[in-house]
Amino acid sequence: MNSVLKAASYVLVHAPDMVLHNGTTQTTEKVVNPGSDYLKTLPQHLRGFDQVVAYPPNQTYIGNLSPKQLGELEQPFFDKPVENATRQGKFGEILPQDEFLLLFQACDMFDLVHLDKDFVAATKPALEQHPLMDAFILGRIREGTAMEQVERFVKEEGAEGLYYNGRLVGYIKRAHDVDANLSAHVMMENLASKASAVLALKHLVKVSGIEASQIDYVIECSEEACGDMNQRGGGNFAKSIAEMAGLPNATGCDVRGFCAAPSHALVTAASLVKSGTFKNVAVVAGGSTAKLGMNGKDHVRKGMQVLEDVLGGFAALISENDGQNPEIDLDIIGRHTVGTGASPQAVITSLVLTPLEKVGMKIQDIDKYAAEMQNPDITKPAGAGDVPQANFKMIGALAVKSGELPREGLNDFILNHGMVGWAPTQGHIPSGAPYLGHARQEILDGDITKAMIVGKGSLFLGRLTNQFDGISFVLKKNEGKKEPSGGASKEEVRGLIAQALRDFAASLS
Amino acid sequence: MSLLNNKKVIIIGDRDGIPGPAIEECFKNTQAEILFSSTECFV
Amino acid sequence: MDLENQKRVKELAEAHGPENILVILGAAEGEAAGIAAETVTAGDPTYAGPLTGVQLGLSVYHVCEDAIKSELDPTVYDEQIGMMEMVLDVDDIVKEMTAIREQFSKY
Repeated sequence: MNSVLKAASYVLVHAPDMVLHNGTTQTTEKVVNPGSDYLKTLPQHLRGFDQVVAYPPNQTYIGNLSPKQLGELEQPFFDKPVENATRQGKFGEILPQDEFLLLFQACDMFDLVHLDKDFVAATKPALEQHPLMDAFILGRIREGTAMEQVERFVKEEGAEGLYYNGRLVGYIKRAHDVDANLSAHVMMENLASKASAVLALKHLVKVSGIEASQIDYVIECSEEACGDMNQRGGGNFAKSIAEMAGLPNATGCDVRGFCAAPSHALVTAASLVKSGTFKNVAVVAGGSTAKLGMNGKDHVRKGMQVLEDVLGGFAALISENDGQNPEIDLDIIGRHTVGTGASPQAVITSLVLTPLEKVGMKIQDIDKYAAEMQNPDITKPAGAGDVPQANFKMIGALAVKSGELPREGLNDFILNHGMVGWAPTQGHIPSGAPYLGHARQEILDGDITKAMIVGKGSLFLGRLTNQFDGISFVLKKNEGKKEPSGGASKEEVRGLIAQALRDFAASLS
Repeated sequence: MSLLNNKKVIIIGDRDGIPGPAIEECFKNTQAEILFSSTECFV
Repeated sequence: MDLENQKRVKELAEAHGPENILVILGAAEGEAAGIAAETVTAGDPTYAGPLTGVQLGLSVYHVCEDAIKSELDPTVYDEQIGMMEMVLDVDDIVKEMTAIREQFSKY
C-alpha cells in the first residue's frame, strides 16, 4: 500500500540583521566594495516584523492564505499587506529574530553561542510564552554573558557577531582554531539551519497530532554541510534536529541534491514507509543564512524593500496508509537521468510527461503542478523572471506538443493547473515542497484529486558535474485502505459471521 | 561572412533561461570554438 | 554576473584577443540579458566583479536572437532551445541586447 502525507508544517524566521551580516551577497560586497552605496543604504530597505507577517506570500507559506487567494491579488504583493495578519499559521508560524536567537543558542551543544545577558533577560519571557518551547529547550537557554566579552570575542577571536535591530547582542565562536569547516561562519550557517528545522519539526508534531515518540526516522534535506576537515559534509543534521525536537525513538540521515533534495527525500521517505521498513518518517529542512538578501542589490536599486529577509523551514510526515490522507503514488516517479541532458524541454519531459505516459495518463490529468514555487516579487526585479510561471508554461507547451492541448488553450492551462509562487528564495525550500500542505488540504477538501510535486536542482553549482537534476512524484486522493486481493473484506467477513450465527440460532429453535 | 567564423565562444547560460550545456550542444557543429561554458543561478 | 564568470571572461578576452570573442547568453529575461551584456562590454554595472570599470566591448548576443539562431543547426536548436522560445519574452530580450550592442560593443 502507498504511504500517505499525514501533515506538513512551515516556518519562517525573520532575520533582517542576518541579511546584513550573513547573506553572501552582502559579505561578498564587504570584501570587494566595502564602502559601497549599496551597503550604506541597505539597512533602510529592511522590513519590520509586522510587515513580514502581513506580507501575502508569507501568509500563504504558513497556511493562512490559500494559493488561490494569493493568486487573486494583483502583483506585486509587497504593497498589499494582509489585514489582521498573525504570526501563527495553520501550518506553522513566523518567528521574530530575537526569539530565534534564543532558540539558536539552545540548539548549540558545544558552548559556541553566547548572548548578552540583558538581551536574554529581555527576550526569554516571550519565548517562555511560546506553546512549542518545552522545558528541554527553555532549560538550555543560558543566562548570558557580559557585553565586554561579546565585544572582545568579535574583535579579537574571529567570532561572528549576532545582531538584533542593528545592535550586537551575542557571538558564535569558531569550533576549531585551524579547521575551516568548523569556523564561526560555517557554524553560524549550520546552527541557523538546525534551529529553524527544529522549529519546523516541532510544528509538524503539533499539526499532525502524532506522538513525538512514534516518529521512527528523520530525513533532513537542506543544502548545508556539517563535518570537520576529515569528513566535511559527514552529517548528520537529521539526528541533531530530532534530538532537539524531542524524538526519542528516531534516527535518520541527510539527503542532498541542491533544490531537488526535498523531492528526493520525500520519495525516499515514501519508499521506506511503503516497504514497511518504518511507519512514520519525517522529512525536514531548515533555512539558509547565505541566501538572505541574495538579490538585494536589485531590490535596493529599484527602490524596493529587501524581500529575502526570512529563513524558511518545512517538515512533512509520511506515514502508513490511514485510508484518509493523500497517497504518495510511487508508480508515477519522474527522474532527470544522466542521459536526459540540460535542454529545458528534455528536463521537463523527463520529470512530467515520461512518468505520466508510462501509466497511460495525460498532462491534463494532473489537477495541479508544483514545480519551483519562488515568489515572483523576489525574482522578477532580479532578472530571473517568474520561475513557477515559466515552469507551467513549459509543461503546457509540452501538452500542446504532445497533441493533448490546443495551442490556444495554453493560457487557461497555466491558470488552471499552475499557481502563483509564494516561497522565499531559500534554495531547497521553494522546490515543490511549499505546496505539500495546501495540496493535502485541497485533496482532503475535494477541490483536486491529483497534484504533481516537481523538484529541480542545479548540481553544476557544486563544480563536480555540469548535470542538472530533478525528481517528481504524484500526491493523490486516498483510494481507501485496500484489503489484500483474493481475501474477503472486513464487511464481508462480518456479514458471513452474522449469517452463520443466524443460521445457528435458527437451527436451535 | 558568418558571424561565427573563427570566433571563440564564451557561454553564460541561465538556469531559468537556457542552461549552458543546451547552448553548447547548438554550437558543437559550427565554425566557432567553445572556450568556456557556465550556467548562472539567481534563485 | 557571477564573479568567477567575470574573471573567466576577462582572462579569456586577454588571452585570445577581444576581437575574436563572441559571448552567448541564455538569460531568462530582457533586463538580466542587458545587465550581462553590459558587463562584458562597458563593465560590471553592479561594481562587484573583476569587470568593474573594464570596457571589453565584446561582441555579445542572446542565443535566441536571429543573428545567432540562423547560424545554428535548426534541428539541434529546436531540440535544445525551441520550446523555451514559448516561455521567454524574446522580443524584450532582443530589444535590450540591441540597445547594449549599439552603445557599447566594439567588435
